[in-house]
Amino acid sequence: MRLEPRAASSATATVVWPVAAIAATILISSVLVMIAGASPFTVFYLVFKGAAGSQFALVETLTRATPLIFTGLAVAVAFRARLWNIGAEAQLYLGAVMTVVLGTGAVALPSAGLIPLVMVAAMLTGALALLGPAILKTRFGVDEVVTTLLLNFIVLLFVSMLLEGVLKDPMGLGWPQSRRVVSEAQLPRLIQGKRLHFGFVLAIVSAIVVWVIMKKTVLGYEMRAVGHNAEAARFAGIPVNRVIVKTALLSGGLAALAGFSEVAGLKGNLTLDLSPGYGYTGIVVAMLALLNPLGVIAAAIFVAGIFVGADAMSRSANVPSYIADVMVATSLLTMVTAIMLMRYRVRWR
Amino acid sequence: MEPKAKPEAEYVLRLDGITKRFGALVANDAITLSLRRGEVVALLGENGAGKTTLMNILFGHYTADEGRIEAFGAPLSPGDPNAALAAGIGMVHQHFTLADQMSVVENIVLGTRPLWSFNLGKAAARERIRALSADYGLEVDPDRQISDLSVGERQRVEILKALYREARILILDEPTAVLTPMETEALFATLKKLVAAGLSVIFISHKLGEVQSVADRVVVLRGGKLAGERVTSEATRRELAELMVGGQLPVNEIGPPSPGDVLFELRNVSARGVGGSALNKVSMQLRGGEITGLAGISGNGQAALAALMAGTLDAREGEIVVHGAAARTWSPRAALDNGLGRIPEDRHATGMIGDMSVAENVISEAYRSPRFSRFGFLDWKAAEDFASGIIKAYDVKCPSPDARVRLLSGGNMQKLILGRALDGDPDIILASQPTRGLDVGAVAYVHARLIEARDRGAAVLLISEDLDEIQTLSDRIVVMHRGQLSAPSERGELSVMELGELMAGHGMDGDHDHAA
Amino acid sequence: MNEAIEILFTASFWVAAIRIASPLIFATMGELICERAGVLNLGIEGIMVAGAFTGWFTVYMGGDLWTGVFVAAMAGAMFGLLHGFLTVPLGLSQHVTGIGITLLATSLTYFTYRILLPEVTSPPKIEAFQPLAIPVLSDIPVLGPALFNQTPLTYLAYLTVAVVAFTLYRTPVGVAVRAVGENPSAVEAQGISVSAIRIGAVMAGSALMAIGGAFLTMSAFNSFFFEMINGRGWIAIALVVFGSWRPGKALIGAILFAAFDAYQVRLQQITGGVIPYQIFLMMPFVLSIVALVVVARRATYPKALMIPYQKGER
Repeated sequence: MRLEPRAASSATATVVWPVAAIAATILISSVLVMIAGASPFTVFYLVFKGAAGSQFALVETLTRATPLIFTGLAVAVAFRARLWNIGAEAQLYLGAVMTVVLGTGAVALPSAGLIPLVMVAAMLTGALALLGPAILKTRFGVDEVVTTLLLNFIVLLFVSMLLEGVLKDPMGLGWPQSRRVVSEAQLPRLIQGKRLHFGFVLAIVSAIVVWVIMKKTVLGYEMRAVGHNAEAARFAGIPVNRVIVKTALLSGGLAALAGFSEVAGLKGNLTLDLSPGYGYTGIVVAMLALLNPLGVIAAAIFVAGIFVGADAMSRSANVPSYIADVMVATSLLTMVTAIMLMRYRVRWR
Repeated sequence: MEPKAKPEAEYVLRLDGITKRFGALVANDAITLSLRRGEVVALLGENGAGKTTLMNILFGHYTADEGRIEAFGAPLSPGDPNAALAAGIGMVHQHFTLADQMSVVENIVLGTRPLWSFNLGKAAARERIRALSADYGLEVDPDRQISDLSVGERQRVEILKALYREARILILDEPTAVLTPMETEALFATLKKLVAAGLSVIFISHKLGEVQSVADRVVVLRGGKLAGERVTSEATRRELAELMVGGQLPVNEIGPPSPGDVLFELRNVSARGVGGSALNKVSMQLRGGEITGLAGISGNGQAALAALMAGTLDAREGEIVVHGAAARTWSPRAALDNGLGRIPEDRHATGMIGDMSVAENVISEAYRSPRFSRFGFLDWKAAEDFASGIIKAYDVKCPSPDARVRLLSGGNMQKLILGRALDGDPDIILASQPTRGLDVGAVAYVHARLIEARDRGAAVLLISEDLDEIQTLSDRIVVMHRGQLSAPSERGELSVMELGELMAGHGMDGDHDHAA
Repeated sequence: MNEAIEILFTASFWVAAIRIASPLIFATMGELICERAGVLNLGIEGIMVAGAFTGWFTVYMGGDLWTGVFVAAMAGAMFGLLHGFLTVPLGLSQHVTGIGITLLATSLTYFTYRILLPEVTSPPKIEAFQPLAIPVLSDIPVLGPALFNQTPLTYLAYLTVAVVAFTLYRTPVGVAVRAVGENPSAVEAQGISVSAIRIGAVMAGSALMAIGGAFLTMSAFNSFFFEMINGRGWIAIALVVFGSWRPGKALIGAILFAAFDAYQVRLQQITGGVIPYQIFLMMPFVLSIVALVVVARRATYPKALMIPYQKGER
């Protein structure tokens, strides 16, 4: 079996293959649903209804998509430069920690000043979190996959320690949770009475900014060059190590914004279960979006829809909501296969 | 090699109507070739003519789209190296198929024992290897690790691999590309012994001289088709060249040099590069208006020298002096700022970024300049215009500046690299294996541009493993051996054999500061 | 301070150390085989989850312990086949595919658990492997019980290291595996299919990883709960690098690491709450990162690791 590069991918190919990937995912998930004893049609209908079947559902989906857009962007930016940032989870939590440190009353400023301050501080914290593994990579040649993964566990324990110690809410009845964020630091709700908050707008803006960076700026060009062929980039005079560091700062900052957004916009405080794995799901979102920043918005909404819909579905049908995780994982694998088939033809001799 | 195949010697191999396509490219077009017992057939053609593809099909790496192969009278199962090995076909690949971190024995024994067996049979293997080594003059210690062997020794291991598996037909793909002239003679002596022992040989080459001294018959490929077949003793060099190229061999006029000032200098530089390539207190001077050729077998430090000059390797000691001033720091950026034009050895790995467009690649050295970027934003229009200019000026065949570089042929990619490197009229040029893997036309083009640059007053350093190229182009020649440079010699001063001696390390005991 | 050092001389410490090392040994050997063949297997964490569940569940449904181990191994091999197929013939990114396999194996496991055991509130227990003392040898002071009074699965771990080492260095298939990780074209030129060797190695390695997961539910503990693997897979990846891709060194690394882990638990008890327990739990992960940094410069990794192989020329 051999892979032969296709001369050019037509516009139809860029649509057909990803759709085929999603179709394959639905097919495989249907089998599991049937094993669980339910009808795929019913289940998928319920999932769809739960994700987008009402205004409530749609709003919920967009709310759930917000952190995924941030982590998806973080991963997309990093992966473009071939920096394997699997630590978005840790960066998210550190962003959340900084949000709570500065936003629960320690700093007295009106909203217009406090929110940007907290946001920038959170971004810096996340950026520094990825900077460590990035420097270990450039200076010592240590593979960043393992270091970012291990950091996830370290940071989670660190947060647990903080929540039982320094950051503990004295009014919290003993639960490990932080104080609530003051009203000046809160992100306003977009719709009266619903959970959708300004973080969603920030996420969209971030995606556009990242898109501009990747397409039009020198940094974006350098990142892509380093990601495609670091040796050739170095030869041409591109400062590879500096580019990796800048990529790490940007990626870590974006992931931290997910934490900031969840705390300041949605939850209001920090608990250990702030993120049900947004950092890891961000990887799927980024790949589904073909590492395209604008595509991340669509992919994040799609993935959020699956989770929100599956939650709703599992309340009426007898299928565990973990079907959503299975679907998301399957779509990652089918999508990378589809991307390959878009670029290569399979030859049997 | 004189023993001609007797007319009655039977056919050991027949390739019939072999056709192979890769997408739109027809690599082999209905090629028919036969080999008799005891014959040495040279498969001649320029780079890209389809020689290696044909042999890969024979050995089973590829399957032909059309055609049949018969070995020793029996049809050969296509696409299966096992079948080829079982039929007695062995191949010495151009890029050695050896596992570096393993020993000679392990490499040779690989695949010769059933995978479910518990016994590696190393002891017996060692004995057989020693016997084969002695019989055919292929001395090598079976227990040494491949990474410790010289290139010539590694090739011996490749040959032993085939002999160990009782090959009766031996294919050699460009075997002399990496050998000194003396090692080449030794190889030809070995081939003689093999033929005397009853083997038949197919010898792939693009070098006319070799082909005439080694082969009984020459089969010429051109553009994927069979261009002609001749009995060597009855063909003239010119005839073969014309078959190979389809016309006259392009010849570049090269006038006398007009050497100017020393534009680039290395003083007592030591460095250690990737894969062990090392420089040992090297001193070298490059003068404007002159081409300095650096000859030597791969693995003797050329890679380190090229990387050092290009800025991707740091010197451990010594000085780099550009335009008379010692450089305090050195990097690709510094090299470019100091007016260097660099052509890297490996266009795929180092020269171009395959998945990016022509325009993106062409600005990769200059993108920081105000011409292409302002306030951190790139001017893609300017980049595309620049790319269009280079495409035109350097005769690069590609669909558009947007096309991905991966789709270009080797020759066109190299022209693009040339364009990027020479566009600013640099006065110091580093050309590292600039014509490797290129067809005759592209080779002539590259040579012409280098000569042109030299005539403009640039100092050109040509690093090449092809001694012919060195001798044709260089005004002065230095030879590299084990990280040290010989004293320079003028054009024509030393014979091929004398250069070969230097490449093998004899006569390097002289004064190393003598580089002027 | 004296108490801190005394710990090192107690048998119970070393018994715990070897017990903690056992799943790591399986996981590390499994990843080592994959990487020697040139394939990075980031599916290890998920495969361990799958192995932990399938082995345990087989016993829960009435099978005997060794059948459970076998089923776990098969589950691992299946995921290994998927990873191998996607990364070798299809040439997909080993990083992304590996993460995908971890996500898939983990989510499939949780999904299946919920379907098969919908009503449970606390994790059901099984009759796990019991320690089996080897006569005479287990009477040696300190090291005796540590090495020779463990469950049969730990003994299997020792055997695994020996088998892996022997196979890699002294058998034809081992030479093929090492060669395919160094230079796949060397293997192809000798008539062996690169895909077959690589996929085979990944399947075998993944089976071992799954057994490592099963150790937790069938030997160390006796029930399956979520978040059980807790990063052991990633630590195994660090241990492979730390052991320079050699079985013997990787074994030592695993034992050292496990000893450190066992130590921090006991240290926690001694210092009695002055230092937050999370700091102690962090130590193994921090240590792994430190180990990686220390070894990084000298690492001679398999040359073809993570480079997909395309037949013939470029």
